[in-house]
Amino acid sequence: MADNQEEVKMKKTVLFGALTAAGLSAGAAAAGTLDDVKARGTLNCGVATGLVGFATPDANGEWQGFDVAVCRAVAAAVLGDATAVEFVPTTGKTRFTALASGEIDMLARNTTWTFSRDVDLKFTFVGVNYYDGQGFMVPKDLGVSSAKELDGATVCIQTGTTTELNLADFFRVNGISYEPVPIETNAEAQQQYLAGACDVYTTDASGLAATRAAFEAPGDHVLLPEIISKEPLGPLVRHGDNEWGDVVRWTLNALISAEELGITSTNISEMGAGTNNPEINRILGTEGTLGEMLGLDADWAMKAITAGGNYGEIFEKNIGESTPIGLARGLNAQWTDGGLLYSPPFR
Amino acid sequence: MSDTHAQTVAFVRDTQLPPSPPPASEVGLVGWLRGNLFNGVWGTVLTLLSLYAIYAILASALPWLFNGVWTTKSLAECREVLDGVRGGCFSVLTERVHQLLYGFKYPASEYWRANLALVLLLVAALPVLIYTLPRKMLIITALYPFVAFWLIWGGTILTPLLALVGFVAGYFVFQKLSTSSFAAGFFGAVIAAILVWTIGGWLIPDNANANAMLRYVPSRDLGGFMLNMMLGVTCVSLSIPLGIVLALGRQSDMPIIKWICVVFIEFVRGVPLITLLFVASVMLAYFFPPNSTVDLFLRVVIMITMFSAAYIAEVIRGGLAALPRGQYEAADSLGLDYPQAMRLIILPQALKISIPGIVNVAVGLFKDTTLVSVISMFDLVGMIRGPILSAQEWNGVYWELLGFASLLFFVVCYGISQYSQWLERQLATDHR
Repeated sequence: MADNQEEVKMKKTVLFGALTAAGLSAGAAAAGTLDDVKARGTLNCGVATGLVGFATPDANGEWQGFDVAVCRAVAAAVLGDATAVEFVPTTGKTRFTALASGEIDMLARNTTWTFSRDVDLKFTFVGVNYYDGQGFMVPKDLGVSSAKELDGATVCIQTGTTTELNLADFFRVNGISYEPVPIETNAEAQQQYLAGACDVYTTDASGLAATRAAFEAPGDHVLLPEIISKEPLGPLVRHGDNEWGDVVRWTLNALISAEELGITSTNISEMGAGTNNPEINRILGTEGTLGEMLGLDADWAMKAITAGGNYGEIFEKNIGESTPIGLARGLNAQWTDGGLLYSPPFR
Repeated sequence: MSDTHAQTVAFVRDTQLPPSPPPASEVGLVGWLRGNLFNGVWGTVLTLLSLYAIYAILASALPWLFNGVWTTKSLAECREVLDGVRGGCFSVLTERVHQLLYGFKYPASEYWRANLALVLLLVAALPVLIYTLPRKMLIITALYPFVAFWLIWGGTILTPLLALVGFVAGYFVFQKLSTSSFAAGFFGAVIAAILVWTIGGWLIPDNANANAMLRYVPSRDLGGFMLNMMLGVTCVSLSIPLGIVLALGRQSDMPIIKWICVVFIEFVRGVPLITLLFVASVMLAYFFPPNSTVDLFLRVVIMITMFSAAYIAEVIRGGLAALPRGQYEAADSLGLDYPQAMRLIILPQALKISIPGIVNVAVGLFKDTTLVSVISMFDLVGMIRGPILSAQEWNGVYWELLGFASLLFFVVCYGISQYSQWLERQLATDHR
């Protein structure tokens, strides 16, 4: 009976949402995403249609990447199977509606955590898995070592993005001038920059690194030290389902804590038998009832970490210094190493 | 010749002198060159400039083509092999050709199904394209959509069979009822088909797809050039009949039908296709509760079909308007009713006039199918822009991939255009 009423109410919301169209809160406000996912047996996870190092299908059609690993960890925690993910590719334009309409359960797609996305679009960012920021790339023979020396430079910049506004702010604050060369996509930027149409290319630092990695002579170009904006990227879920938000948040935290505490994919089975460190035991489910509180199995975090390793392992495998992209940890190091990664305690 | 003057005239030429050969500068290669390429100062200048342009293009394109590398594992390896020499990195094509053609999720063991569907498409299209073939072959064409659906999506054969039965039921009801009135036949057929589908839908078990003969492939797993072909073929073949109906409706004397058609055509033509696609992929999701949405492929097909039907309707209306009034009156004076007059007299002529316009829309539509990449469907362009260019091995390969895409599209579009010219020549019975 209660179910029926719930259903009727939901249908009304759907209809109303359809009519008002703009009301992004419509549709799948139906609570219980966790139960839905368990009943369905797969996690619908929104990812990018293709972003070097973060989400891309390989030659066999298997999704790989840094964001993809978050999806896999959540699927492993909830369903016990890291492959039980239905990856839904989304573009920058379709990602928010896909999440709001309930087509996907979570979005792990290089999305910057901003006030309006959190508050106005009614999403919950459960954490940050990559601290990005806007940087600059210049050819080495330009002889520039700081962005403040770029007075009068021509800058390739993607139009209609926050990077454009950040750039204007940066140059205004420093009292220097520049000439923008508007471009549409990263591919176009790559060609323009190599052809010498602009002295500088600016976009997110991770994107710059990936772009540079694709050059014929990456060593001829340098990334300047200045990072002029904050771009915290993280997974997000819909407002209104805090239980599900908790599952995703603490899965991400488990990956981060695992690195901090030295739990790796190689030693996890050993540690899972019990250690002297009570926090490790609580995470791996040999002590306490954290899993039960989340509505998951006791070894949920163990499965999540086994799926792709801890945060550090995922980073190294997909975008770290051993890969062609070669990103340094930088801000994404643990707080103990001078970075910003800081997981709340598992207690 | 008579013998009357045989003795009085010494010599009479009874054959014409053979024409002397034209001057050497006017015939053969030299003459052709002089006439066409070096005809005056300006002609010579333009010829030389064009020759230089062709040389410049070939000089840079041919080494790129012939030095191309086909067997490496990544762009970096390509560059190592080339070692500074100009050449294309075609390895990306050899490694990812299946992804370019079928998308990255279509199971590799099932590629033969898509190939077979393509071959059958050619067979099924023949009787429609070449009207001199025996009409009985149209049965193959009518069955093709169901066979192709089963081949490409797989799953239980009951679904396409049920769809087929629904159409057959509708056809028989139409035959029965249309003798009295066309409208009764039409609506009767629609009701009969819907009845069959609804009842049949209950009868097909929910898990029928699980252990079907052909493995079930969801729409989301379709991709690559296969997706472009599927969208192109489906939408063109659906939008031509719909366009004819709309064009006739717009000319109708019945105000409601006329205004419905006018509003539909003007509205759809006034909206960019990309907007319609966003509506299909994003907005429609709000109209359905989660888990019960209409298949994305179907939504996109509906939107593209609506779009091109509106254009085709206007092309055909042009054809109808170009027919002399006398043709309509002639049909009336023979005592033909409206369907007969249209079918036997008006439409054959109007459609013939409209062929170039329809082909124009069809070619444009086929190329527009690449727009689905913006709603995260992995058609050929979507595959290139997304998965392939974002792979760490291939990030930075542009010319090779996009050149390959252009080549595929060119082959198909040029084929369509050649066919339409052939058809126009075949049907040219008029005023010469």
